[in-house]
Amino acid sequence: MQSVKQLVEEQPQAAEKQEEYLLQVSNLRTWFELKRFGLFHAGYVKALDGVSFNLKYGDTITVVGESGSGKTTLLRTILGLAQSTGGEMIFAGKKIDKRKDLSWLHRQVGFVQQDPYGALPPFMTIRQILREPMIINGVPKEEQERRVREVLEEVRLLPVDDFLNKYPHMLSGGQQQRVVIARAIVLNPKLIVADEPVSMLDASMRVEILELMRKIQEDHGMSVIYITHDLSSVRYFSEYVFIMYAAKLVEKTDVESVVKNPLHPYTQVLLNAIPDPDPDNVHRFKEVPPGEPPSLINPPTGCRFHPRCHRFIEGLCDVEEPPAFEPRPGHFVECWLYK
Amino acid sequence: MTKDSTANATATSTPDAVAANRPLLKVEDLHLYFGTSFGQVRAVEGVSFELAPGRSLAIIGESGCGKTSLTRGILRLLPQNVSKFTGRVYLNGLDVMQLSDEQFRKQIRWINMSLVPQAALNSLNPVVKVGQQVIEPLLIHDQATKEEAMERAKEVFRIVGIPEAFLDRYPFELSGGMRQRAIIAMALVANPVLIVLDEPTSALDVLTQANIMNALKKIKQDLQLTYILITHDIAISSELADEVLCMYAGQVVEHSSAYRFYREPLHPYAQKLMASVPSLREEKQPDFITGQPPSLFNPPKGCRFAERCHKRFERCDEEPPLFAVGEDLVRCWLYERS
Ligand SMILES: Nc1ncnc2c1ncn2[C@@H]1O[C@H](COP(=O)(O)OP(=O)(O)OP(=O)(O)O)[C@@H](O)[C@H]1O
Ligand SMILES: Nc1ncnc2c1ncn2[C@@H]1O[C@H](COP(=O)(O)OP(=O)(O)OP(=O)(O)O)[C@@H](O)[C@H]1O
Ligand SMILES: [Mg+2]
Ligand SMILES: [Mg+2]
Repeated sequence: MQSVKQLVEEQPQAAEKQEEYLLQVSNLRTWFELKRFGLFHAGYVKALDGVSFNLKYGDTITVVGESGSGKTTLLRTILGLAQSTGGEMIFAGKKIDKRKDLSWLHRQVGFVQQDPYGALPPFMTIRQILREPMIINGVPKEEQERRVREVLEEVRLLPVDDFLNKYPHMLSGGQQQRVVIARAIVLNPKLIVADEPVSMLDASMRVEILELMRKIQEDHGMSVIYITHDLSSVRYFSEYVFIMYAAKLVEKTDVESVVKNPLHPYTQVLLNAIPDPDPDNVHRFKEVPPGEPPSLINPPTGCRFHPRCHRFIEGLCDVEEPPAFEPRPGHFVECWLYK
Repeated sequence: MTKDSTANATATSTPDAVAANRPLLKVEDLHLYFGTSFGQVRAVEGVSFELAPGRSLAIIGESGCGKTSLTRGILRLLPQNVSKFTGRVYLNGLDVMQLSDEQFRKQIRWINMSLVPQAALNSLNPVVKVGQQVIEPLLIHDQATKEEAMERAKEVFRIVGIPEAFLDRYPFELSGGMRQRAIIAMALVANPVLIVLDEPTSALDVLTQANIMNALKKIKQDLQLTYILITHDIAISSELADEVLCMYAGQVVEHSSAYRFYREPLHPYAQKLMASVPSLREEKQPDFITGQPPSLFNPPKGCRFAERCHKRFERCDEEPPLFAVGEDLVRCWLYERS
């Protein structure tokens, strides 16, 4: 039997904290094969198509993108829940081999999944829900109860005794979401990946949950990858923002740069579309690019945003895929304008 | 379908028939309670408001405060377990609460008031073509022949900005944004005067949201519609709202013009709610409201927000009525003498 601490610290090979990065992802691809009549190859859904980034210990990254752009696939691939079809991943200095290292990886990463209302098993009490990951990972029984109380305190479901024996449906949406977070941190992971953790909640609850996650992350020096389509909350939560469009990370930089000086034309329209509460909004139409996000089966040639882009350069943007340029230190953008 | 057939449905339905200052919709002391094994849920408690023709009203408030229930009451789309349903609802002066269910269904719902329901994205029947579903409100009321109805469907598809060819597609072949437009088209198809939109964009991402809001604004301009927009997204609500009805625990706590509400709301709850809205463009730390709304089984005696209120004083142990502040209304003792 192992304690929670041992579980997490036990690491294959040397890989102690000398290196700067917790996670390094290079050129990651996840293509889902499409089969006609369940048999014949009919192409691929290229849900993740050449994604690279580095995540430092203790840092928080937010991935923002439209529905269907591949955000969930990115997280699922990092967790090994979706099979990558190319690229490489190094976690805590260790190159991840999909066949051998998945269960080790799962213990290091807490997952807060999309849709809090479906995330909790309805017939288990909060205590049972929080114990489950520890049972699976062989944490001693005495320690389980102690740890359950500890994480409930951490997510501020107080007094703890009021919640231990409740079932999920007896809790409000915000409280359920805290249970989901408690479950994600119960094994003391190094990384939390959170898929739209607050999109179902109202503004006040959103702020409360995001602040809670921020505090837990800071207290324990965890790294976080947070996925959302709500850019307006990003600023209060993370250091870095990655903008995802059609299975690619088209812009990667720190939050202030994205907000004050967005470079990619897609990021620019995205920012413009976000409303602030203003009584004059009624009298204005929003500027929105024409068209819809492309199919990931047959994405446009060249830059994937070019059919909707108002700064598109003919003969270049529609022909050649832009690589990542770095027009300012630490600000990466996949757009020919910054060649 | 022609405009005349709508006009015949009830004598009061065309916008031209509206006397200049008569409200299009008037709700008086509406109560809607649900029976459950734990007791009675008082989802809507004594809600009153008026809405002038051509205006848009946003109904906002935290999850569970009774927004959807209020519109269920207005549109009489009641679940089985209703235990109390009282009050008056006037549409163009006609007391629709006096109508039988049959009359209400024939004369009011879809034809005069229609609904884009919450979580509608998944409400389309997956095995029926979109066009067939959009014309349903016309066919169930014998408003038109199938051919006329399809013509009308083409018209409303154009209005909401969906290519005509999509009439022949199945819901799964449409993106989320297109499906939501189809549902809005369905709400428009019978030419109603009032449309209730319950969280029409909360499942959609920012660009699609902006697109749909543009479409709704355009439709409103062109067709002189009256909207009720329900949402817990305050920034989005300001895209359509001429006035705002803020609810808390089943009651109206503030009914103000958009200018008042988004700039300087009156009620302490509304102030807190505004402070919780994150802003991309301003340097401000959003705030959240500590604690939770009261139980609707057994709401507190005095002001329902008192327990969480930063401005609470002795008076708050008693339930406040709605006080007028200029043209606006607020349920808070702070405004007793204003
Ligand atoms: N197992 C799968 N098999 C085939 N296609 C898939 C699979 N999982 C996801 N996809 C497709 O990959 C694309 C990206 O999906 P993904 O769920 O990652 O998007 P997302 O950005 O998380 O969207 P949302 O904001 O709606 O959650 C979509 O077109 C989706 O239909
Ligand atoms: N059929 C029902 N039976 C019992 N309780 C119900 C029923 N419908 C709604 N309620 C309860 O009535 C209250 C108001 O619900 P309602 O759906 O009107 O809230 P809302 O303001 O629309 O919330 P949201 O923003 O989450 O949609 C809630 O406490 C809800 O649980
Ligand atoms: Mg997703
Ligand atoms: Mg609702």
